Amino acid sequence: MAIRTLGKAAALTGALLLGAGTRAQTVDAKAIVMGGAANGANACSACHGDQGEGRPEAGFPRLAGLNPDYIVQQLNDLASGARANETMTPIAKALSPAERTALGAYLAGLQPPAAPVEPKPEEKVVAEGKKIALQGLWDKDLPQCVSCHGAGGVGVGVNFPKLAGQSAQYIANQLDAWKTGKRTNDPLHLMTGVASKLDDSQIAAVAAYFESLSPVAAGGAQ
Amino acid sequence: MSADRIDPKLGLAGVLFLATAFYLGTLVSSGPQPAATTPPATTHGGAAAKKLAEAAAAPAPSVAAVDARPVFVPLPMDKVPEDEFGKMARLGEAIFHDTRANAGAFVGNDLQCRNCHLDDGRHANSAPLWAAYLVYPAYRKKDHEVNTFQSRMQGCFRYSMNGKAPELGDKVLVALEAYAYAMAKGGPTGVAVAGQGYPRLAEPATLDAAHGKAVFAEKCAVCHGADGAGQNDASGQTTFPPLWGARSYNWGAGMASISNAAAFVKANMPLSQAGSLSDKDAWDVAAFIDSQERPQDPRFNGSVAETRKAFHDSKMDMYGQTVDGVTLGQNAPPSGATPKQQ
Repeated sequence: MAIRTLGKAAALTGALLLGAGTRAQTVDAKAIVMGGAANGANACSACHGDQGEGRPEAGFPRLAGLNPDYIVQQLNDLASGARANETMTPIAKALSPAERTALGAYLAGLQPPAAPVEPKPEEKVVAEGKKIALQGLWDKDLPQCVSCHGAGGVGVGVNFPKLAGQSAQYIANQLDAWKTGKRTNDPLHLMTGVASKLDDSQIAAVAAYFESLSPVAAGGAQ
Repeated sequence: MSADRIDPKLGLAGVLFLATAFYLGTLVSSGPQPAATTPPATTHGGAAAKKLAEAAAAPAPSVAAVDARPVFVPLPMDKVPEDEFGKMARLGEAIFHDTRANAGAFVGNDLQCRNCHLDDGRHANSAPLWAAYLVYPAYRKKDHEVNTFQSRMQGCFRYSMNGKAPELGDKVLVALEAYAYAMAKGGPTGVAVAGQGYPRLAEPATLDAAHGKAVFAEKCAVCHGADGAGQNDASGQTTFPPLWGARSYNWGAGMASISNAAAFVKANMPLSQAGSLSDKDAWDVAAFIDSQERPQDPRFNGSVAETRKAFHDSKMDMYGQTVDGVTLGQNAPPSGATPKQQ
């Protein structure tokens, strides 16, 4: 026991001596998800679930399987205020850059099944959402969602997050936030323009469609 | 003048301008402008001058607003019956949407038909398939022949898709032709209808590829990548097409012409923000994109200089020109490359 404690202390001292550049290796992302961080950040799992599966009905997004760089970018934006959110801003601010990086990598690698959603949306709503997602609304110059978010909404790189299996309530909240100018951290303001072309029922439909897709189907962890 | 600054030595007034306007009016992209619908040079010059004035007054005029050509509304595919013809037309739609999956033997890069013809070939001002169908067969200067619709599409596979042309009558071409015909049914043959091709932009006095590089970084790189190589989705499929390099269109493609690329960009890019770039930004970013190396022209005869003289002798074509000390085409990856390895 004593040896183990000594070892821990030595590792901690080593990490402190090595400085910020190597701290990412010493951050226990799983511990932060389950129990929060020492400097005051709440446990991610309280809202996003033990496995990052989210709480769809409450609009708490699924984080599991998102692109790691996208997660870090959003935490950075939440911390800087580029993305405003009363709950997340103080948490993101409390996380060090190394902790954000470690959380991004950890959450990106999780693949829990989709959190259950009740009640299920009507089939015709999902069908309308599918049409918009796959065919766009070109009479309004609105391209297909999948033309940027990838086939099946699996996500593309740091800027176009995975939508497959995401909480419909969360997607709808974000589209509404872009439409009303409450969220503005979209590159080139692409989503501001896109959301402004959707009415409330189209937003609900497209959100229901992406929620209906499996988050762990072909496409892997991202 | 820096090495990547191009000066086409164009005046914007007088006879040269009128000649240029006429030249633009008769250029071929996805389809030719039949002589019957080409206005006299004087009229066209006036219209182009008006466009310039409008552009000065409003930085991003609607491209549709200045299209005076006859309007034709293409038939939606859900109105096409589910009979034998309908099946073939829908196969064509599927090929258009996912060319690699459905006609992979003829594709040598990471592009799909729909990358340059948005909304699966339906979108106006994005060289829509239905409008192209109405203006063929036609004589094209590119190969000095009367092209049928099928032989025109052979060119798409050979150049834009950097692949191999299907034989005339191949099911791939029959299906694509059926798809185009299904949408064009009832339209006026021989008439360039509103939305056909890419709306031509008045030529600028100079092209500034260095400025285009900055435009690319600001407006294009978020999707196409800082290196122009495009981006794959999380399952490895190409979402954003490569704009240069070994996996993009080759030097023989229409899009390798700066005037075509500028017209496409202005009317369609960034996706969902059509018309938002100034004409200057569209020209300059097109000049930057088309000053990058890409697969060899399949008509290459062993000499870049001779190939330029034979097929690229235009101020809007950078093949064989020297940029930053490198002659474009000299280090081109081979044409007709192999399909993507998934």
